[in-house]
Amino acid sequence: MGNMANKISDETMEYVGILAKLELSAQEKEAAKSDMEKMLDYIDTLNELDTSGVEPMSHVFPVHNVFREDVVTNGDNQEQTLANAPLRKEARFEVPKTIG
Amino acid sequence: MELLDLTAVELGKKIKSGEASVAEAVKAALARAEAVEPEINSYVTLDGAGALAQAEEIQKKIDSGELTGPLAGVPAAVKDNICVKGQLTTCSSKILSNYIPTFTAEAVKNLQKAGAVLLGKTNMDEFAMGSTTETSYYGPTKNPHNLTHVPGGSSGGSCAGVAAQECFYALGSDTGGSIRQPGSFCGVVGLKPTYGTVSRYGLIAYGSSLDQIGPVAKDVADCAAILEAIASYDEKDSTSVQRKDYDFTSALTADVKGMKIGIPRDYMREGLDPEVAGAIWDAAKVLEQNGAVIEEFDLSLVKYAIPAYYVIASAEASSNLERFDGVKYGYRTADYEGLHTMYKKTRSEGFGAEVKRRIMLGSFVLSSGYYDAYYLKALRVKALIRQAFDRAFQSYDLILGPAAPTTAPELGKSLSDPMKMYLGDIYTISVNLAGLPGMAVPVGKDRKGLPIGMQLIGNSFQEKTLLRAAYTYECATEKQYEAPADARLSGREA
Amino acid sequence: MAKQYETVIGLEVHVELATRTKIFCGCSTAFGAAPNTHTCPVCTGMPGSLPVLNKQVVEYAMAIGLATNCTITRVCKFDRKNYFYPDNPQNYQISQLYLPIARDGYVEIETGGTKKKVRIHEMHMEEDAGKLVHDEWDDTSLVDYNRSGVPLVEIVSEPDMRSPEEVIAYLEKLRQIIQYLGASDCKLQEGSMRADVNLSVRETGSDVFGTRTEMKNLNSFKAIARAIEGERERQIELLETGKTVVQETRRWDDNKENSYAMRSKEDAQDYRYFPEPDLVPIVISDEWIAEIRSRQPELRGEKLERYKKEFDIPEYDAEILTESKSMADLFEATAAICKKPKKVSNWLMVETMRLMKEHGMEPEDLTFSPENLAKLIELTEAGIINSSVAKEVFEKIFSEDLDPENYVEEHGLKTVSDEGALKAAVEKVVADNPQAAADYRGGKEKALGALVGQTMKAMKGKANPGMVNQMLREMLSE
Repeated sequence: MGNMANKISDETMEYVGILAKLELSAQEKEAAKSDMEKMLDYIDTLNELDTSGVEPMSHVFPVHNVFREDVVTNGDNQEQTLANAPLRKEARFEVPKTIG
Repeated sequence: MELLDLTAVELGKKIKSGEASVAEAVKAALARAEAVEPEINSYVTLDGAGALAQAEEIQKKIDSGELTGPLAGVPAAVKDNICVKGQLTTCSSKILSNYIPTFTAEAVKNLQKAGAVLLGKTNMDEFAMGSTTETSYYGPTKNPHNLTHVPGGSSGGSCAGVAAQECFYALGSDTGGSIRQPGSFCGVVGLKPTYGTVSRYGLIAYGSSLDQIGPVAKDVADCAAILEAIASYDEKDSTSVQRKDYDFTSALTADVKGMKIGIPRDYMREGLDPEVAGAIWDAAKVLEQNGAVIEEFDLSLVKYAIPAYYVIASAEASSNLERFDGVKYGYRTADYEGLHTMYKKTRSEGFGAEVKRRIMLGSFVLSSGYYDAYYLKALRVKALIRQAFDRAFQSYDLILGPAAPTTAPELGKSLSDPMKMYLGDIYTISVNLAGLPGMAVPVGKDRKGLPIGMQLIGNSFQEKTLLRAAYTYECATEKQYEAPADARLSGREA
Repeated sequence: MAKQYETVIGLEVHVELATRTKIFCGCSTAFGAAPNTHTCPVCTGMPGSLPVLNKQVVEYAMAIGLATNCTITRVCKFDRKNYFYPDNPQNYQISQLYLPIARDGYVEIETGGTKKKVRIHEMHMEEDAGKLVHDEWDDTSLVDYNRSGVPLVEIVSEPDMRSPEEVIAYLEKLRQIIQYLGASDCKLQEGSMRADVNLSVRETGSDVFGTRTEMKNLNSFKAIARAIEGERERQIELLETGKTVVQETRRWDDNKENSYAMRSKEDAQDYRYFPEPDLVPIVISDEWIAEIRSRQPELRGEKLERYKKEFDIPEYDAEILTESKSMADLFEATAAICKKPKKVSNWLMVETMRLMKEHGMEPEDLTFSPENLAKLIELTEAGIINSSVAKEVFEKIFSEDLDPENYVEEHGLKTVSDEGALKAAVEKVVADNPQAAADYRGGKEKALGALVGQTMKAMKGKANPGMVNQMLREMLSE
């Protein structure tokens, strides 16, 4: 694999943890860091390929213009929506306060 | 126990003719499951009472002539990342350990219309991330052919369940090989349809641009019948494709005369277990003897599929799994102070190590400054891989190769080295990137008695070509579905 | 000499589109429903649910793009914007970053007699978030997803504005265009139009931009103007004291007339945009654009020209009436019933505007029906009620939209034209006011007015003023 070994800093791990809302234990963090470095080294092998002029392909088929008409099809779904709520107050989901 | 030896279509015929009742079939499968589950663990949820209630309903509809399809009354299982209204659906994750969907996946609705009796939900790698079914929150599933080996993954529960006769067929999902690889490890037939063929509505997403639901079956005829039942154009899935053909069972003719089959040299070289290679060559010869033209060719780019896949799938997964946050459903951590702590603790406690690893990787490759270098690069490589397949299909009707480099590894040997585990998906992953149909068909066993599967890859929308070749192989080898020795023993003891 | 500063302002305007259903599911967008009733697996981010795009959203967005002189993106796509917040059920918002529906447009504004183009950088479609309410007592927030998935367009301007006046002129212009298109009702108070202000200051004459801040939570034109003044002062103060402006998002508190940073260690502004894999591209053909253009309703300029030609009303009135779509609609509907455009225009220009000002209302807030105003005009024109009664009745119509015919009948407000009754009243007034009568006879024309007023008062305002006038003249010239 590539000789450009990736090094991930503790700050980067911290930052990605904030983005992903994951808090890894010190031990998990070390393992995750080394896993990520190895994966990125592996991913860097893609740079062996010249992809200049190649359009990034997000959909494999040229399907386009899939629409629905502007017609109300759903009724009152309050109970289903709240059925799995870990915590609710009357008809709303309850979460820790969002702004101070 | 002889009902259990029947394929789904055979059982369907017996039910229709009145030789067997739906309840008998359900009871047989439940008894089998009860006997072997302590060892195999195919199911996260086995709903005996619910299944018997369904059996009664469906029997009535069969008797009244309302249900006439080949799968009417046949008991089936569904992978636990596919929503069934009112039934626990966990993705084998702690974070969804209490989640009860309020709607049913389109593919399952289609099965219900075909008269399926749903026995329960099958075990899997957590959120379909893994190749061994060992990352499940509910413990690993074991390979019915040898209980010290893994069944493969991520649809390990579905494949082991079918192999161990705990159900007559099952639905799996395949993002990078998750039907074909465990199908091959468990000696069952598995098919990943062309992207867009089976609705993803109700499939809990891992990599949205790669995921497809597909059949896990005892033989090729069953596989065709199941695919015919579940495939549909669905307005609720914008990536659903309106196909011209949904009559997959019409492809069940033993005829490959003149069919051009390419074997990628790059698949048969280093890294491939010699016993597996031998079985693949033997299978190719069978097809050749039946009139197919077999050639070796260079597919190219094979080694780039895995890194491209891990960028794309992890990126999509990191976003798809953001919704699991303890607000609307699922697990919420017990103690928290403030919103962000609640998020972090919920997710850190709710997800297992492999899921966290992929979320971290996915979040990183999408983060500011890396998007072009990683994500766009991977999408460009995806385009190149698709082009390589397009070139191959100018010369060949289908591609034949192994489904996995080895037979099923021993339990506990894979997770410690994720890189090695990822390499196990080398033959299957590119098929998802290119959106193509792929199929795993049993072609023998190794010295340890572990099944070997060949993989057939077709051009877009050419499932019928795959089914025809697989059916021809099956007929030529008189290879009837064979229940695994271990599980059979367990069943007898019960 | 103190340094002079210039304010540089760009706007991000969110507009809720007037579709019946949400952008990606068949849930109703109607206001005022009980919490979480207008929800489904899609707009609450249930696992396994998938979005399907509402075609009307694309067509409204195209119409707005065309009316603001934008170039429509022929292949446009949705992207995911990832951030965790409880009002965002998937923790990503489906939006557009890489290929937004429209780009490179402008609108023309006028302030203090000067015309100016404000350029539009781009416009994209996206989904709205749910609503959070905060429980002060137990330190929790509560989430309602009824608004989650309501379609929005976000219109991003270039930093072309220099004053609160320009900003408000720009917003009014956008609102006018969008209301004319019928694409949104654009009510700031109800949040169907919201503006985030990007503001920086620089020394006058400088051609480099300063560091900008983004201000959110601005829900009236007044709040926007105050926030701009406040932020301008805050930034100048920082620069004058040798400090630097930090690029950040600030929340405006209109009660305290103060803004505060929304910064948090846990909010890295890194949205990890990537193409939404659950939706397919939108390909927009020439034919589709032509169809949207042909369906485009008459816009303000065209309407103004037509009013001048079609109706015999002053140009100034036509301008005022067409300024807002709701006012123009009210005018046309009323004129169509009573066929007296000039009278309708008068009622709208004078009494309606006066009452609106008195109540601090916008034309969109008017609730009375064209039918009732038309009836009132007919009653007046037929001489059934006099003009002062008409004004009184109109106030009732304005506030309660009542039927003027019934009201006049019930309250006995019809003009008295009975000569006997009038004559008796006039005679009594002349007898009771000998001084005024003498003044008039002595040549003081003004004195007649007082006598008319007295008579009207005696008749409780219901007398036919023309007849009273004539009778008085005749009687006093005898």
